[in-house]
Amino acid sequence: MSVLADMRDTFRELRGRRHFTLVAGSIAVALAAIFPLLLSPLGTTLDTSIYAVAYVVFALGLNIVVGFAGLLDLGYVAFYAIGAYTIGWFGSDWFSSVTGNSGVHVAVGGQGATLPGIHLNFILIVVLAMVLTAIAGAIIGLPTLRLRGDYIAIVTLAFGEIAGSIALNGDSIHIGKFQLTNGQQAISPIDQPNLFTQFDSASSLRPYYWLGLAMCVLVLLVNFALRDSRLGRAWIAIREDEVAAASMGVPLVRTKLLAYAMGAALGGAAGAFLGTYSQAIDSNQFQFSFSILILAMVILGGLGSIWGVVFGAVALAVIDRQLIPNTLHNVPHDVFGLNFTLSQISFGIFGFLLVVMMLARPEGLFPERRRKLELTEAVGTTDESLFEARA
Amino acid sequence: MSPAAALQGFLARYGLIVVLAVGPVFYAIHDLATPPHSLVTLGNTLMAGVSNGAIWALVALGYTLVYGIIELINFAHGDLFMVGSFVSYGMMGTLGLTLVTGPLGLVGGLLVTLVVCMLVCGSLNTMIERVAYRPLRNAPKLAPLITAVGFSFILQNVGVLWLGGSQHGVPDLVRGSEHLINLGGVTVDREDALAIGVTVPLVLIMTTFIARSRLGKAMRATAQDPEAAKLMGINVDTTISLTFMIGGLLAGAGGLVYALYQTNIWFFQGFRAGLIAFTAAVMGGIGNLRGAVLGGLIIGIIQQLSDNRIGGEWTPVVVFAYLILIMVFRPQGLLGEETREAG
Repeated sequence: MSVLADMRDTFRELRGRRHFTLVAGSIAVALAAIFPLLLSPLGTTLDTSIYAVAYVVFALGLNIVVGFAGLLDLGYVAFYAIGAYTIGWFGSDWFSSVTGNSGVHVAVGGQGATLPGIHLNFILIVVLAMVLTAIAGAIIGLPTLRLRGDYIAIVTLAFGEIAGSIALNGDSIHIGKFQLTNGQQAISPIDQPNLFTQFDSASSLRPYYWLGLAMCVLVLLVNFALRDSRLGRAWIAIREDEVAAASMGVPLVRTKLLAYAMGAALGGAAGAFLGTYSQAIDSNQFQFSFSILILAMVILGGLGSIWGVVFGAVALAVIDRQLIPNTLHNVPHDVFGLNFTLSQISFGIFGFLLVVMMLARPEGLFPERRRKLELTEAVGTTDESLFEARA
Repeated sequence: MSPAAALQGFLARYGLIVVLAVGPVFYAIHDLATPPHSLVTLGNTLMAGVSNGAIWALVALGYTLVYGIIELINFAHGDLFMVGSFVSYGMMGTLGLTLVTGPLGLVGGLLVTLVVCMLVCGSLNTMIERVAYRPLRNAPKLAPLITAVGFSFILQNVGVLWLGGSQHGVPDLVRGSEHLINLGGVTVDREDALAIGVTVPLVLIMTTFIARSRLGKAMRATAQDPEAAKLMGINVDTTISLTFMIGGLLAGAGGLVYALYQTNIWFFQGFRAGLIAFTAAVMGGIGNLRGAVLGGLIIGIIQQLSDNRIGGEWTPVVVFAYLILIMVFRPQGLLGEETREAG
């Protein structure tokens, strides 16, 4: 017992020192960077890891909206869809319906350099995806400005469903010769990135992992910087008490819209990344359950807690991509003699997780200290009225 | 009053009604202007809309009751309705109701099914409240909403394990598409009669219960001010359980009617139905019982219009667009005043 207590004290002392986060974070990133060298370059573990880093970016983006600013967004899948379709449009031969046999190529290699249509470099596409999703985020955010709490959740959910419906029925939307989406059929193949080297998922998945990890690190740095910035403090102030924040001079409209836009932009970047990695973009990927999966990551780790959210994303990626479809897939049948597999009940498992977390540990596994206080004492959240008289 | 202010006042009061009327009026003029210059198609669409809307009204009442009393969007309510459909399907099998069952047996069997469905859903809803919402009553508002989403997923998974992931046909026991009444081309089918015939009495019984009975009074008092209700000796927990029970009973009835009406059920029906019914509740003014019924009927009509004129695949988009517009421009809905005292 005393050993444990000693360890805890040492940890607390370490954490108190300056640069602790920097040093610990660097070590963690270095380990994460070396890790794929130990794995087979085409194995499922590496595949899961790539999803994990992408989910970390998604979850950190949602964390800005839900964790920092306290705006429950149930339609996050919309940004995944927009990001993925951005790379579907500008990183495949999809535009050949408009450009004919000629193509526009900007710094792309491999197969993409020879096909017709518009082919932009991955970095350009990510920037474009972030711009588009940020705009979409602000548009979705606008109507919710006067609403609060659960009404925001429903409006964002409705937007997410509209995005999903447009993806599904986009094959009947034509703008001139351009067809918006391919519905349930995939837009495929998507160009593989050309950064330093030409990516080729047939020979090695490692470049994808490192690209994703680099995005993760960038997003982490952005998240930390935001949290400690004036804007970040404004978000937290709004989350704790909107009226008090407004009366202290926090501009509600701008601050909330920035939260929506920034959270959305990160979702767009991750969406473009998953788009190129999965090589195919179809409407089935953009379901409500995806929004809930990402939300569960944020809640599992702890709303607003950056490291907690990273943990939540990695943990649920492993559960969603590895444990449920592979490792434990047949447990209900083999162990309990039941007539179903784990993948059939995957979202029931996530639902159960949400319920249990909210009941047993609403602040998450690794809570942010401040948030924990709010949740246990319910600061400023009990007396909110349904729709605020104009912000 | 300046014209701008007058316009603003007019829009604030009647804007939503104008927006709602645009669709039917546009199609009525369109139909009259083009051959065969008749309103029969539109009339049939409206009839189907009303009967479809009667089902949404049953579900919407559950949302509105719960929201009125604890201000929670009971996200799992739509999936409860799905469970109702599944139970009714199971009961039809158990009771051996088929297309060849005689009329007396059929009516008796369906009544038994209705009662079982209602009781199952009512108890299930009460249980969910006990497990997932009551412990969080003093937590921030988002906490019970998240557990509600969680329970919605759990119920959907129950549905998947029960009848599998694909659509499931239900025998058309009431022979729903046979005409019952024909008013110059506009027909009232048996399924329309069923939906309206189940909804109207249930709604009347429920509103009378809430308006007249002692328990109903306790519900209204708790909705107004839980603290004061407690001081007056009302058992708030029991009252809230009762509210969930009533909401569940109605959802169960809705589930049975839906199964007979659509003759097609699947685990995902509840998610969409829940959103549609929630839209209906918000449209009528959430917390307002008459509003929920009115909203249900309106949404049913909007849906049918969209199905027949725009295309069924776009109906969800149309309904959600209405949801967003109402939330933004008239969050208090058609009839509702703000449901809760400030503070």
